[in-house]
Amino acid sequence: MLADAAAPAAKAWFAADKLPLLVALAVVVAAVLGSIAYARTGRPIRIRRLAGLDAVEEAVGRATEMGRPVLFIAGIQDMDNIMTVAGVTILGHVAKVAAEYDAEIEVPTSRSIVMTAARDTVQAAYLAAGRPDSYNPDRIYYVTDDQFAYVAATSGMMARKKPAACFYFGCFFAESLILAENGNAVGAIQIAGTAETAQLPFFVAACDYTLIGEEFFAASAYLSGEPDQVGTLLGQDVVKALVWAIGLAAAGLGTVVALQGPGGALAGFVSAVRAAMGGGA
Amino acid sequence: MSRSVAVLVASVAALAMVLSKFIVPMESAETTVAEWFNAAAAIAFVLGGASLLKMNLLAISARGPGWGYSAVTLLAFLATLGVGLLKVGVAPSVAYPGHRMSGSTDAEGGALWWLYEYAMSPITGTLFAMLAFYVASAAFRAFRAKNAAAMFLLGTAFIVLLGRTYAGVVVTSWIPADMPWVSWLRLENLSAVIMSVFTTAGTRAMIIGIAIGVAATGIKIMIGLDRSYLGAGSGGGNG
Repeated sequence: MLADAAAPAAKAWFAADKLPLLVALAVVVAAVLGSIAYARTGRPIRIRRLAGLDAVEEAVGRATEMGRPVLFIAGIQDMDNIMTVAGVTILGHVAKVAAEYDAEIEVPTSRSIVMTAARDTVQAAYLAAGRPDSYNPDRIYYVTDDQFAYVAATSGMMARKKPAACFYFGCFFAESLILAENGNAVGAIQIAGTAETAQLPFFVAACDYTLIGEEFFAASAYLSGEPDQVGTLLGQDVVKALVWAIGLAAAGLGTVVALQGPGGALAGFVSAVRAAMGGGA
Repeated sequence: MSRSVAVLVASVAALAMVLSKFIVPMESAETTVAEWFNAAAAIAFVLGGASLLKMNLLAISARGPGWGYSAVTLLAFLATLGVGLLKVGVAPSVAYPGHRMSGSTDAEGGALWWLYEYAMSPITGTLFAMLAFYVASAAFRAFRAKNAAAMFLLGTAFIVLLGRTYAGVVVTSWIPADMPWVSWLRLENLSAVIMSVFTTAGTRAMIIGIAIGVAATGIKIMIGLDRSYLGAGSGGGNG
């Protein structure tokens, strides 16, 4: 009787319906940590070239030659958004190149915390480039939290200062095309990256280079080249291969079940798996 | 030292948010951490406001191109802040009718409500409406048939756009709808197939890659491997 009463209480500690998610998370963590350990052994890991990141130097160099500023926009979301974090990471690289070339970098932000994080990142980049005196915190400033007010202010700034290189890395919504089209109108080299799938077509249409989805998150590892960071890319590929294999197996199984009909031998098995994964029977 | 503390805070907060999904007594941890962030963001807004004032005052004093916009921005900022803080035109709340400041800042009829309703909202709507023109100019460049891939894109876009209009339905209405071996050629059906099969497949592939990328980035931040967003060590080519 006591045991019966204790059983539900013990179960309540863990959300059993989230077990498949926990297993998937464990697989991702194991793959990433395992790949980092593999990378630390010093074995070579080949990374596909990302044209968008390779073009950063070309774009900043062009801005230097033309005597025009470099514009960097880290999206319109706050630092609690992983895309903003990834954007600020890329800002570090762009700022370092700008410092080396002695180009002026302009970073209007849509959130106060992003402004402070961007200032820290750019200052560290200038320090790493050996030009701490060239760092000007006033070039990284807060505009507004409002989406379209931010677009209006940034577009106006683009029309007046005519940046030669525009970088858009972060979380963007409807403002993506307005920004990219204004950058195009002033003749800037434009490089964008986001994980917002709805905005990718706009960036692809209006920018010279676009980092699509996972490429955007791979930028940090790609730019640093550190074994630990590159190892995470290998981990991502391992998980992707697993997802690919599971998807193929599931599609094959689903096809067999469809051919067998509802009374087939595998129908019950497929229903049970779908129910366990949280899907319909 | 300060960066180590920042990494520790980020790791603990991230771990709490992950555990809140699986450990039932920790369910509220996600909300708590989000509230901490909102509190930090509210404090940081003071820095943002100071930056806004400084940059626009500098622009006005320098009399550079567009300094008039800075003046308008400052006026609008200070006026909005003033009417919001002083609750200009706000009626007292029902619970405390004797206290003028007891009403809600954005209550209907107040000056802040008026500014939002009759200035902010129409301006935002105008900017959003301008998006249509930006789409047209971007499409004009993207759909130039300069090579085989661009021609393929143009053809696909033509089918999808036309298939979603009445004109598209009319153009291929002569194809019998009750014959499955030819009815798929009707533009509305072709458009639906492109959107539900090819577009969905491509988008899902991207979303899976993004989800794995987000998870890997989250792990890097949790274990302190990527500290470039703090202006430190690894990543971002900062050294």
